[in-house]
Amino acid sequence: MNTIEVGATKIVKETYQTSGLPLLEDPKMRVRNTNVFYADKQAIFDINIDIGKNEVISMIGPSGCGKSTFLRCLNRMNDTIDICRVEGELMLDDQNIYDRNVDVVELRARVGMVFQKPNPFPKSIYENVAYGARIHGLTDNKVELDELVEKSLIRCGLWKEVKDRLEEPATGLSGGQQQRLCIARAIAVNPEVILMDEPCSALDPIATATVEELMSELSENFTICIVTHSMQQAARVSQRTAYFHLGKLIEVNDTSQVFTNPQHQLTEEYITGRIG
Amino acid sequence: MNDDIKVGGHISRQFDQELEEIRSRVLTMGGLVEAQLDKTLEALQDGDSDVIVDVAQLDQKINKLEMQIDEECTQILARRQPAAGDLRLIIATTKSVRDLERIGDEAERVANMVRHALDNDASLKAFKGLLSLGEHVKVLLNSTLNTYARMESRSAVQNIRLDQAIDEEYSRVVVRLVNYMKKDPDNIADALDVMWAARSLERIGDHCINICENVIYLVEGQDVRHQKVEDLTEQLA
Repeated sequence: MNTIEVGATKIVKETYQTSGLPLLEDPKMRVRNTNVFYADKQAIFDINIDIGKNEVISMIGPSGCGKSTFLRCLNRMNDTIDICRVEGELMLDDQNIYDRNVDVVELRARVGMVFQKPNPFPKSIYENVAYGARIHGLTDNKVELDELVEKSLIRCGLWKEVKDRLEEPATGLSGGQQQRLCIARAIAVNPEVILMDEPCSALDPIATATVEELMSELSENFTICIVTHSMQQAARVSQRTAYFHLGKLIEVNDTSQVFTNPQHQLTEEYITGRIG
Repeated sequence: MNDDIKVGGHISRQFDQELEEIRSRVLTMGGLVEAQLDKTLEALQDGDSDVIVDVAQLDQKINKLEMQIDEECTQILARRQPAAGDLRLIIATTKSVRDLERIGDEAERVANMVRHALDNDASLKAFKGLLSLGEHVKVLLNSTLNTYARMESRSAVQNIRLDQAIDEEYSRVVVRLVNYMKKDPDNIADALDVMWAARSLERIGDHCINICENVIYLVEGQDVRHQKVEDLTEQLA
């Protein structure tokens, strides 16, 4: 029988089938048999999913279902939590990101993250975008760095709004502008995947619409995984949607299918407001 | 999904209530449409013009219900942003309500033609030739309303088969009426009225099938319009 060791105890591994189409051909990221534990408590159960190149995929589910925990596995943000243990195979292209020889700083440049609350550095607008490029040595001189900052801000639709006050503190921007600045900061280091953990939950509807529009433009060049509590947002921005429930990945399917005719009863119950 | 589509069970009991109200109004509307057809056939059977007055009155109630249900569905779309089974229920309902209203119109049209024919024995006799077709359409309408009430895709497919038999019967009625007109050209005007009435009955069958297809969409999440019934049976097996 398939068992997992949790501390001194062995628990029987539960097997289940994820409904829909969790696996893809030639994905950007491949996750297999992934379990996550906080001390002796298992938070994520045997996740198998592929994340496609240039797709926007949404993770939805009730609070505590494990969607954020799963997202944080994808760039090893869980490493910062001492009691957290991740097992399984998590591949970015052909490399297991949990291999010992993986440089986590470099990994997080390839798989960037945008958080729920905009968190600009207490520095100027310019420095916020330039910081990552500088520490990763992506540019050779000031002219190149200026170009990179401008390009990143243009891609995030922020350039026109801030070009005349690049040296002002980033904290003086509005919430929506700060979040777009954080996205500009993430894309300045030219990542391949951008993880977004409820990126619009602190924003008003107009700022939310701007960030959502940005996501759709960015997906031409990046893969985007977004955790959201807003089902309407998942329906609007993503091509595929993954539904998590009590740490299990219940269904992954085309968003158009999930919101009109989900395959799994639990997905149906969640998106129709029968479980929360 | 599967056959057990639920209307209730939402965290918001208010939403449950709103959906249940819509569903129950559709069934009320269905009952009124069914009564229209019943009365029309009763008038034809008994030669009684009094019941035909009721048919027109029922039509006003049906039109009012159609608008009321449409408004409630619009409010739910705007305020609840329904998804999955709830969304399909709203879509299927707005479409079905339109078909029910048209069934009402067709029944009223037949009733009016029957009323004109009541003064003319020869014409009434020709109209009575439609009783069998009318009864079969009545059975189909009743079964369609049950299909909607129970939200069953299997009986929806059975109804589609029933409609095929109605289409064949309609074709036979048309052949019979053409022969009648050829034999006695003086009665062409009356026979054409009967032909139009037969056509209306056949159209009621078609509207029933639209409702059944909406129920299949609601229950199975599949759009089965414009498909052969044989393929449908296989697909839903």
